[in-house]
Amino acid sequence: MLEVESLHVYYGEIHALKGVTLSVGKGEVVTLLGNNGAGKTTTLKTLSGLLPSRGGDVRLEGDTLLGVPPHEIVLRGIAHVPEGRRIFNRLTVLDNLEMGAYARADGGIGQDLEQVFALFPRLKERRTQVAGTLSGGEQQMLAIGRALMAAPRLLLLDEPSMGLAPVLVEQIFETIQGINRQGTTILLVEQNAAMALSIAHRGYVLETGGIVLSGSAADLQENPEVRRAYLGES
Amino acid sequence: MDLHLLIVIFPQVLLDGLILGFMYALIALGYTMVYGVLEFINFAHSEIFVVGAFVGVEILLMLKARGGLELLSPFLILLLLLVAGMAVSGLLAMAVERVAYRPLRGTPRLIPLISAIGVSFFLQDAIRLVESIWRNAFNLVYPTMDQLNHRFTLTETIDVSVKSVVVIVVALLMLWALHLLVNRTKIGKAIRAVAEDQATASLMGINVNRMISLTFLIGGAMGGAAGVLFGIQYSLINPYTGFIPGLKAFTAAVLGGIGNIPGAMVGGLVLGLLEAFAASYLSLLTHGAFGAEYKDIFAFSVLILILIFRPKGLLGEVVRERA
Repeated sequence: MLEVESLHVYYGEIHALKGVTLSVGKGEVVTLLGNNGAGKTTTLKTLSGLLPSRGGDVRLEGDTLLGVPPHEIVLRGIAHVPEGRRIFNRLTVLDNLEMGAYARADGGIGQDLEQVFALFPRLKERRTQVAGTLSGGEQQMLAIGRALMAAPRLLLLDEPSMGLAPVLVEQIFETIQGINRQGTTILLVEQNAAMALSIAHRGYVLETGGIVLSGSAADLQENPEVRRAYLGES
Repeated sequence: MDLHLLIVIFPQVLLDGLILGFMYALIALGYTMVYGVLEFINFAHSEIFVVGAFVGVEILLMLKARGGLELLSPFLILLLLLVAGMAVSGLLAMAVERVAYRPLRGTPRLIPLISAIGVSFFLQDAIRLVESIWRNAFNLVYPTMDQLNHRFTLTETIDVSVKSVVVIVVALLMLWALHLLVNRTKIGKAIRAVAEDQATASLMGINVNRMISLTFLIGGAMGGAAGVLFGIQYSLINPYTGFIPGLKAFTAAVLGGIGNIPGAMVGGLVLGLLEAFAASYLSLLTHGAFGAEYKDIFAFSVLILILIFRPKGLLGEVVRERA
């Protein structure tokens, strides 16, 4: 579904991505693991058009995405839940969700709203509340719900577990797995490797701008290097 | 001190203050909306306002030359002036953004600011040049419309002219319409989303540049309407008329909390009322030691005091970011 081929991205003079190649198949959950600064967020931002690339290619079902502005990439079926949630603090919960469906003109918006509320009943309770007053967990639910309102075929998730209590993390990951089972393909960036590998089909390990390891989630879980560096085993 | 006089003139002063305040509020919206999305002060906005006033006077003078002022209903004429003034000012503001600000996006903050000051001078002298060639004069007077100058005498000391009522009613309608647009429509919410976080707004499928253009269009149109109302109310205009009202409207925007739309409305009204009350009461209260010419000093002293205690402005919110 998504093919990334030797992608090069620079921040000014800093060479942030040095030829990243990866693929995501239809219906998969693929996770991108790595430490701070490895290039995980940069990869997602390039996929959704927020950052320009200087080499390589990104194709969604054969069509290149490079050079397409972010507001048109959404129309092609990719929704991005950014790092740190980035909900619109001053808009209400409902308005945030409405913004998620901004680019859509089809009649399914009301139905998708009901689905998001079914997935996150808390959001329904708080729909008239200003989003900035939500708790961290609720904000993460809103960020995911907002992305789902775009009815994406591919969902990019950047650190959904960040800053959340363990019990909430589990809940969020269950939801992500549920979203995938309903047919949405997912590319998941996580620092919490154990959690990510528990729901992913496949994974890639990113180090200083390049893929150093890839394989099925089960293989990565067994890999001694992954266990040492990302799963906290000594 | 003549307490009786103070009380008797109160409604009249209140009315003057409201008219001035609504005028400031309409202009302040242009500053605050643009600041909201770009965090930049559009110093050319005072000229956008003046262009509206000139569009109004030109239409009136042309109608007058053809005898249309007597033929048409003054309210129809007023509607025509407002629509034309809003359209020209709005489109001009949009064009200014496209030509003078957009190419500078991403540069250090001071650069677009200097560009805005340049646009301001450019527009002043462009109006002066055009009017000098066209009418051989650039100080123009709004032709009077008798029906608008009619005054209702309410009491011995208070009378209200039709045009004052018109100015207040039109300003209220525009503020109400803007409120609905920004808070109730999808486009309005998209503008607010862009104001809060451009990158994330673009991830929603919102075309950020289009929303910025739209912000200039709406802010410019409000400024143009204010220009027409200013001409109707105070009659005399020239290409440099915008400077003082512009500066005061900018102050009103800061007073209300820059970037905050209801704040611009409140700030405009507070500043207008302060000025009107200072103009009428200072001399009475101080037995002539301070005359009406001290109104700005008084008004701005109060402003400084308010901003010392509320640096974010009257309605400026501190949005708490939660982890």
